[in-house]
Amino acid sequence: MPSLLHRDNARSKLFTRRLAILAGGQLTLFGLLIGRMYYLQVIESERYKVLADENRINLRLLPPPRGRIIDRYGEPLAINRLNYRIVVIPEQTGSVPMTLDVLSEIVPIGDNDRRRILREVARKRRFLPVTVRDNLSWDEVSRVAVNTPDLPGVMIDVGSTRAYPYAAELSHILGYVAPPSEADLTGDPLLELPDFRVGRNGVERIYDLALRGRAGTSQIEVNALGRPIRELARNEGEPGHDLVLTLDLNLQRFAAERLAREEKSVVPGLPPEERSGAAVLIDVANGDILALVSVPGYDPNEFNKGISGPLWRSLLSNSRTPLTNKAISGQYPPGSTFKMMVAMAALEAGLATPELRVSCPGFLEFGDNKFHCWKKGGHGALDMVEAIKQSCDVYFYEVARRIGIDRITQMSRRFGLGHTLGLDLPGERAGLMPTREWKLATTGVTWQQGESLVAGIGQGYVLATPLQLAVMTARIANGGFAVTPHLTRDLIAGRRLAARPAVSFPPVGVSQQALAIAARGMRGVVNDPRGTAYGARIVDATMAMAGKTGTSQVRRITAEERRVGLRKPSQVPWKERDHALFVGYAPVDNPRYAVAVVVEHGGGGSAVAAPVARDILRAAQLRERERPEPLLRVAEQPPDRRS
Amino acid sequence: MALHSSLSAPRRGMSIFDKLRQTTWGLVALVTLVSSVGFAMLYSAAGGSFDPWASRQMIRFFVGLGLMLGVAVVDLRFFFRIAYPFYFVALVLLTAVDVAGAIGMGAQRWLDLGVIQIQPSELMKLSVVLVLARYFHRLGPEDVGNPVKLIWPIFLVLVPAALVVKQPDLGSAIIIGLTGAIIFFLAGVRLWKFIVVGAGGAAVVPIAWGFLREYQKNRVLTFLNPENDPLGSGYHIIQSKIALGSGGIWGKGFLQGTQSHLQFLPEKQTDFIFTMLSEELGFVGGLALIGIYSLILLYGVGIAVRSRSQFGRLVAVGILGGFFVYAFVNMAMVMGLLPVVGVPLPLVSYGGTAMMTLLMGFGLLINVYIHRDVHIGRSGAGEDG
Repeated sequence: MPSLLHRDNARSKLFTRRLAILAGGQLTLFGLLIGRMYYLQVIESERYKVLADENRINLRLLPPPRGRIIDRYGEPLAINRLNYRIVVIPEQTGSVPMTLDVLSEIVPIGDNDRRRILREVARKRRFLPVTVRDNLSWDEVSRVAVNTPDLPGVMIDVGSTRAYPYAAELSHILGYVAPPSEADLTGDPLLELPDFRVGRNGVERIYDLALRGRAGTSQIEVNALGRPIRELARNEGEPGHDLVLTLDLNLQRFAAERLAREEKSVVPGLPPEERSGAAVLIDVANGDILALVSVPGYDPNEFNKGISGPLWRSLLSNSRTPLTNKAISGQYPPGSTFKMMVAMAALEAGLATPELRVSCPGFLEFGDNKFHCWKKGGHGALDMVEAIKQSCDVYFYEVARRIGIDRITQMSRRFGLGHTLGLDLPGERAGLMPTREWKLATTGVTWQQGESLVAGIGQGYVLATPLQLAVMTARIANGGFAVTPHLTRDLIAGRRLAARPAVSFPPVGVSQQALAIAARGMRGVVNDPRGTAYGARIVDATMAMAGKTGTSQVRRITAEERRVGLRKPSQVPWKERDHALFVGYAPVDNPRYAVAVVVEHGGGGSAVAAPVARDILRAAQLRERERPEPLLRVAEQPPDRRS
Repeated sequence: MALHSSLSAPRRGMSIFDKLRQTTWGLVALVTLVSSVGFAMLYSAAGGSFDPWASRQMIRFFVGLGLMLGVAVVDLRFFFRIAYPFYFVALVLLTAVDVAGAIGMGAQRWLDLGVIQIQPSELMKLSVVLVLARYFHRLGPEDVGNPVKLIWPIFLVLVPAALVVKQPDLGSAIIIGLTGAIIFFLAGVRLWKFIVVGAGGAAVVPIAWGFLREYQKNRVLTFLNPENDPLGSGYHIIQSKIALGSGGIWGKGFLQGTQSHLQFLPEKQTDFIFTMLSEELGFVGGLALIGIYSLILLYGVGIAVRSRSQFGRLVAVGILGGFFVYAFVNMAMVMGLLPVVGVPLPLVSYGGTAMMTLLMGFGLLINVYIHRDVHIGRSGAGEDG
């Protein structure tokens, strides 16, 4: 069968040849696959890795805890309080409406809340929690916790809320936090977290960025449906810096309480009224603000969740202006507390000596006008120290007449009046120290000399804030150094005190002789039986204070009123009563604390403001004895004090 | 080895033990290796668990291994003789499935015979190989050139392919069609005839388009532009490319595939298992698998070349052809080179029927090797060479 064999051989050869082609083709196709794999897995790999991560990794922001605010001894003033809330996870409940029915028997759920919850449930994915209620009381938390076995899908979740334990006493300093508004959004996703708050006022606003901290991130692996599987990486971020204030919580609360109410009513027979006023206690050596009070205050905790309409309107319409920080934003005629400025301006100008004697018959006639002294019968003849002590108006009309407004303003500016002092709080006002030029520019009318006389007793155009009055007093007390006030000393980073460079202040540029006259006058005001505030003196000689009263009119006293006699404060509407002022420092011989107290429409400075100031200064000195070790190093005394 | 075969012992009296000794254990080892890769990937697909896939796949593999060796030791001429009856039984079952599918609803691929479920399209993949090999074995080289003689075998391929497409199982139809084409080619059919048929086929495409189900049309359209519909049909291809590409050179590590485990990857245990393998084991892992597949192919080529009967040779290349088409279409599909047609990765993807078919096919391949020197006459009568 050779032909058969031959035939099969031929077939076999053809087969072998074609099989070689086929196998080659197949291997080529496999090669093509390898090329494709090389392209996807080697050349384009990075791109696909990014795509894969985008697929599976969800970046979640961890809000940093906001820094605490603490006082100089470490007492917490603003903290983060745990906020318990009920959340419901729809997919774990049988039915959300039924679960809410059961839940509402345990804790009240309003109809509005209910609608919101059901709306959110419909919108969100079923494994994402929906908040049912937040800010639960502990009682409610425990009631829900006991019942959770019967409430599948209901959980208690813990968030963080800013809390101010001493609400009203510190409201003007701390400010408050609130949810960010549209304008706050910088593109930082942190700001869009539901729990995030930004500082809205006070130091919360000024130091907002430092208090905020840096957000952490949590990389969560999710599957194709977005369900979290596990946490891949976690970056804790940085908690906000703790902020140390120069404030002494104890003194702050004491001052606020002392100032808040009348000890006895101006109107006989009525209960003591709520006062409106401000007090500032400052360390004369370094400018630390130890207490800065404005009454009445408000509860900043209310702003946290978003304040209610009625409460907001009542705060706005209150005649005692609780929202205003009167210590830095309230501008008042300084009245007689201004007389030291006038006296020193005259001494420095060489236009008066301490021995200058002026006779006070109860008024001064100047041009067509009669300028009255507060003492109807007059003081008789007095020298400068005596004039300060007894607060004789006629004496200072005369001195002001001699030196003119510009010299008075120039001197008072050196003591911190008429301009802002750079306190680290928002809302500081400049007050007003007029000049001839200023009046012409703003009113178009030339300065009248009579206006200088009025300015000489701290009335008329002259305006100052309680903070400025405190700083003025401090500069007198510390021997003429231009201390500036500050409320915060340090940000604690990592629990360590970041030391602030010691501050030394430049001299204000007044002779010690002039300062000594002012100081002698102020000592006499309180400690001399003829002084206007003798009744408010500190009896303990080691703590004795010096000071100056002030009573500033808010309206002109008519000639008719002078004729029939001045009305009693109780006969005048609140808004028309005089402001009561007092500035002082203690201890007299080696001053450490200066204080300014303003009681709006409070009546006389000696009767109303001086006792408050006395108690604050006394408390500050007692405090120093009982608690000598502050968290902060109290800055060194200003160097080379001139003697 | 083949050259000295005529000098070796006569085949007629070969005992089962002789035959088992003749078995190409290297091929068995390669098949076992690929299947083991499959077990590992199924273990990973289940998140590091033998349940539910890997364990069952292993049981099937061992049953299939027995079946393979059983098929290997049966006399090759037996398969020659039963080629037509086997083919017609498969055809009848296929028709029965279609009828049942028409009576029932939608896709119908399985035939439930009460005791076992069989998938006639799988039987058809084997029987088409046998029947074509038998036809061309009996056809002299001079007759292969005669176009008329090719009409019948074309029928033998087209009828089952058409029935399978109707099921609808495009993947199986492609395998049946391409297996047929490979046998035609190796039987000596002239290349220009393929070109004519190919051109004719292209002309038929618009008509065939009308027969495709909506989802099949979508798959083809999606293949042409996957980004067109990223969340619909294109999703699978895009996610597959992301998973594969993100594997990089060395992969993310066994059990560490993120895309597959997080269910971004569809059907990771079946059609997209190669994606998972490439994600976890990287370019290197994919390369290794293709390498093993290539070795199996080359092994098969060696077997085919050594067979002294045309029937044996054609059976060998038919089996290999089907195997190659499986592997290539699946891998090309997950890499976005071909539309998603639902072809498993041979021996790796989860699925009992495909595993059985493949192992029986390898049984035939080994059979061809064992019986490489058996002469088969035109009628199928055995004559030792």
